[in-house]
Amino acid sequence: MKIFGVQIPMMTSLLLWGALWEMVGQLELTMLLPPLSSILFKMIEIVPTAPFLSAAMETGRAFLVGTGGAIVIGVPVGVVMGKSLLLDRLLLPWVNIFLCAPLTALVPVLMILFGLGETTVVITTALFAIWIIVLDARAGVKSITPSLVEMARVYGANPWQAFMKIYIWAALPEILAGIRLGVIRAVKGVIIGQLLISIVGFGRLFELYSSNFLMEYLWALLLILFFFAFALAEVLSALERRVAYYAASRMQ
Amino acid sequence: MTANLSIRLSREHNVAIPTAVAVRQVSKVFPGGVEALNDMTLDFPRGELTALLGPSGCGKTTLLKIIAGLMPPTSGEVLVNGEVVKAPGPDRAFVFQDFALMPWATVMRNVSFGLELRGMGKQERETIAQKYISQVGLTGFENHYPHQLSGGMRQRVGLSRALTVNADVLLMDEPFSAVDEQTRRKFQEDLLQLVREEKKTFIFVTHSIEEAVYVADSIALLLPRPSRVAEIIRPEINRDSNPDAIRRNQSYLDIVEKIWRSLRAYIE
Repeated sequence: MKIFGVQIPMMTSLLLWGALWEMVGQLELTMLLPPLSSILFKMIEIVPTAPFLSAAMETGRAFLVGTGGAIVIGVPVGVVMGKSLLLDRLLLPWVNIFLCAPLTALVPVLMILFGLGETTVVITTALFAIWIIVLDARAGVKSITPSLVEMARVYGANPWQAFMKIYIWAALPEILAGIRLGVIRAVKGVIIGQLLISIVGFGRLFELYSSNFLMEYLWALLLILFFFAFALAEVLSALERRVAYYAASRMQ
Repeated sequence: MTANLSIRLSREHNVAIPTAVAVRQVSKVFPGGVEALNDMTLDFPRGELTALLGPSGCGKTTLLKIIAGLMPPTSGEVLVNGEVVKAPGPDRAFVFQDFALMPWATVMRNVSFGLELRGMGKQERETIAQKYISQVGLTGFENHYPHQLSGGMRQRVGLSRALTVNADVLLMDEPFSAVDEQTRRKFQEDLLQLVREEKKTFIFVTHSIEEAVYVADSIALLLPRPSRVAEIIRPEINRDSNPDAIRRNQSYLDIVEKIWRSLRAYIE
């Protein structure tokens, strides 16, 4: 971006807002908003501590298992829905309902079903992520050039080969977009699950910090999570851009 | 006029050439009641190129897809080498109008895809594919992706994929309609050579009269509403001279003109 002919470096706005935060924090208007600098120092302080590392491990594991499960189940279900009108009619209303539903309200039910442990967090994570993955995989399959499917049939592909060699790849741009959106939702899912259970992972830390008004700790943890979710989304959209060329070449 | 254009089957052809593909009283009605084919019967001689020529809506692509086994006929049957077609099979290969290449795969993988689906080992199938890649003039482009190629080159990939599986019957659905005119002419010349060399049965759908007369041993002229074979024409052009001479040849021009007059009568 250029202002008055001067090239403004990237991230300038971030620095600007950071400076504002620092100033407001230094004024000590409220204990809820400590200066950014002290939060950053706190961040460096808490990251190597044992409670943080074990919480990060627990959260990371629940996140990976939940998201992985959502992808492994969601992509094939979406592909099958895109291929079969019958299954599509059967499943689509449910997918749409769960996509819009306030899943947070379901977590207490999950706690009763699966206990106050990691299982509930994993399932919450998967539930947050899976629906958009299903919908996008379905959309991807629906936009496959019909002749590509005919080509696979003419040259003798069985249904499994068609799935593995054509559908997944042809729908890859949409599948990746769905995974990116699903992963962002999964970050919310894993934290919400842990917060509601409040004895697992980052949820326990958040509970600890906020109930003791350790605002610097709380902000430090929040910023770490914000950064993590943002970085994850960026990595996935970079991956998406790598396959974008053939989404555009579909109507060749 | 029709008498003028009576079927010019030369006697020795009629007797000597066995049928590779036989279409027997095939009808096709699409859901919704659109009648694409009505009681069509047609023979395709072995080792020759037969063009299905007609205006859009005459069901020529539908017929080709039924022969391919991609869609079932509503009634009637198709025989390939005497066997009834129920599904796609290794005896038939297809060249698509829009090329139908996998954009995520290299030229080599696209060309060898038919063999890959049959479970042939990588080395073996790539050796075979290499032969056909060079036959269609794509040597040096093995590791390119379709979006890096021109339209004409993409269709060469589609063509060599069809050749690689070594099917008896090559089904071509307006294969040159999406490439520019110069490339198209070159393709037609290459196709003539291919028919001579490969000894396969070619079924070639086109809406271009010139193209059909230039490449085909026989032309089935299809007409719409109801879809039917209006006549079968054997151009009998001497193709030994150079391509430009053929396109100026009087008998070539006469046949183009006759077909056009005959089609115009139906269109108007």
